[in-house]
Amino acid sequence: MARANRTMVRDYRDDLRLFPTWTKRGAVVALLALYLFAPVVLGGADSNSALWSSVLALAGIFAIGGISLNLLTGYTGQPSLGHAAFIGLGAFTAGYLGGGRSPVGYDLNLWVYLLVAMVVGGLVGLIIGLPALRLRGNYLVIVTLGLVFLLLYIWQKWTTFTGGNAGTAMPTKAVVYNVAGHKLDLLGNFKAFGSTLGPKQGLMYLAWGLVAVAALLVKNIVRTRPGRALQAVRDRDVAAEIVGVSLFRYKVGAFVISSALAALAGALYGLYLGYLTPDQSSLGLPLSIQFLAIIVVGGIGTIYGPVLGAILVGALPKLIDQYATSLPLLSKIVTADPAKSGLTKGALGTIIYALLIIVFLVFEPRGLAGIWRRIQAYFRSWPFSY
Amino acid sequence: MTKFFNLLSNGLALGAVYALVALGFVVIYRATRVINFAQGGLVVFGAFLVYQAEHTWQWNFWLAALFAMACCAAIGAVFQGAVLRRMIGQPIFAVILITIGLFLLVEPITTTIWHNPAGGVETPWHLRTIAIGNVRILEVNIATIVMGAVVLGAFFLLFRYTKVGLAMRATAVDQEAALAQGISVGRVFALSWAIAGAVAVVGGMMLAGGAGPAPGLTVGLGLIALRAFPAIILGGLDSPGGAVVGGLTIGIAQVMAGGYIPTAIPALGSEFADVVPYVIMLVVLLIRPYGLFGEREVTRV
Repeated sequence: MARANRTMVRDYRDDLRLFPTWTKRGAVVALLALYLFAPVVLGGADSNSALWSSVLALAGIFAIGGISLNLLTGYTGQPSLGHAAFIGLGAFTAGYLGGGRSPVGYDLNLWVYLLVAMVVGGLVGLIIGLPALRLRGNYLVIVTLGLVFLLLYIWQKWTTFTGGNAGTAMPTKAVVYNVAGHKLDLLGNFKAFGSTLGPKQGLMYLAWGLVAVAALLVKNIVRTRPGRALQAVRDRDVAAEIVGVSLFRYKVGAFVISSALAALAGALYGLYLGYLTPDQSSLGLPLSIQFLAIIVVGGIGTIYGPVLGAILVGALPKLIDQYATSLPLLSKIVTADPAKSGLTKGALGTIIYALLIIVFLVFEPRGLAGIWRRIQAYFRSWPFSY
Repeated sequence: MTKFFNLLSNGLALGAVYALVALGFVVIYRATRVINFAQGGLVVFGAFLVYQAEHTWQWNFWLAALFAMACCAAIGAVFQGAVLRRMIGQPIFAVILITIGLFLLVEPITTTIWHNPAGGVETPWHLRTIAIGNVRILEVNIATIVMGAVVLGAFFLLFRYTKVGLAMRATAVDQEAALAQGISVGRVFALSWAIAGAVAVVGGMMLAGGAGPAPGLTVGLGLIALRAFPAIILGGLDSPGGAVVGGLTIGIAQVMAGGYIPTAIPALGSEFADVVPYVIMLVVLLIRPYGLFGEREVTRV
């Protein structure tokens, strides 16, 4: 049946559709092709491909973290600075199980330690979500901040689980399947589409595959009844409770799912780093702020927003590292040597990053997703776009 | 006993610093309903400014202090006017995030301008101690407590007995009504940020000068200032008196924990003292979600 207008929605089923238009379906196919072939293209031995593989793998991991934080903060309205705590939890769980600390050793199947990390993350999210019911807005932000510091202290003290201040090794094998002699270890060298690929490319496949899974999960939550309940909680939670939305169930549920996905991202982060020590710079407040920046720059309240934000935030430090001393204007103020006067690359990175947050919030609060939507709206209503 | 009094003096000094930083938070929160994460950054920046005026330009300590206070007050007011004014009407979360962005900016800017300065902030009390009985107490600690009391007292007098203070109180209660009465709410906002900046500098320079745990002049001061958050939560986000009580409590608790816990419960270790403020905060919030003196938020549906 012909539609009057591409975007016209006539019943609930139409509203629910994931890919209602042919352009969206085409985009999915294109993304799938990109997913399958980009790591192959970037699998070369030169340093540029290695850099970009690394950046994209990290971006995928951050995208999962961003999607989970978006569910909690963007859709349910519970602002949380505590994401770094769950990332650390997932990383140390994966490290404990698959990194040789536990009796099982290095050969543990990938899915086992990822799943256990998710379950542990969900449980801790439940423990935190229950008292969080009493707190709103500003108080919740500060409490989750305190949580990050508290958990950092626990990681430093609980040496059997995390190795204390010395840190712990992360799993070195990511065995996707091991069947009848065929084994695919994404962290080793494996063959795909005719070329041999290394651990960074394997991580790209793993991370972005899981991004698709996480995005689908959260999208399904958001476009159906629970999603509307969560948004009601975000807008006016007292009114939502009056109307019949159980605040207990949805607030705690949001925490549980968000922390489970964050723990998954954490496990992948551990795989990416290879070795993890619990200190302020790796698992503290800056990491939490980074995730908030991802969802703000990307677009709060959308699914693809955090993905865009993650790519931007993930790529930024590497880009600065690579190009700061070679670009003519920047090289005058940036020095590579921290002892001399001038801006170090790290400092420049942080400054650009903080300015990015401020500028996006002041001028484009809906983030990159908002910019994309405006472009879409312009072309959709062309030639009447004004 | 000597140990107890030493710890107590350190704790009170640290508590005075926390109370000053917490007061800055509360002043801004009462007027604008925004939690200013950048307060910690102003503490650091203020301490470095005092160092700059004192060391490089060889000014008197008090002159340097006034200069830094004026600078940070100006920075606060300008930031408020330039950036936060545009955010009126936006969700509160966005504004908090902007102040976090400002907080992030402080460390790279400070390390770029000053790198790692040799020497620190030299207070007029240096490292002298006075003896009370057979306890030696650092003069700097006493000076911090006295200065904190003076600043807080001055603030309370301002709040209570001047027209400006009345305008601030009115804006805190109801912005629209205050506007209707002819109070310039924009100026009240700028003034709140200026006061918070000035107060943060006092805390920062005393901390860098050797009060309490004496961390010296580093960007780690910002992390210490972050512990003023439990102080404001403990006292209640919109209560200046609560900020003082909360600050002193957290300061004393942290130093006492640092002094006694490693020997009493070795398993917890010496880093537990750094975490004690957050533990206290979590416990208090479970019992009284709005802090000891905070007002219950009434949400209209």
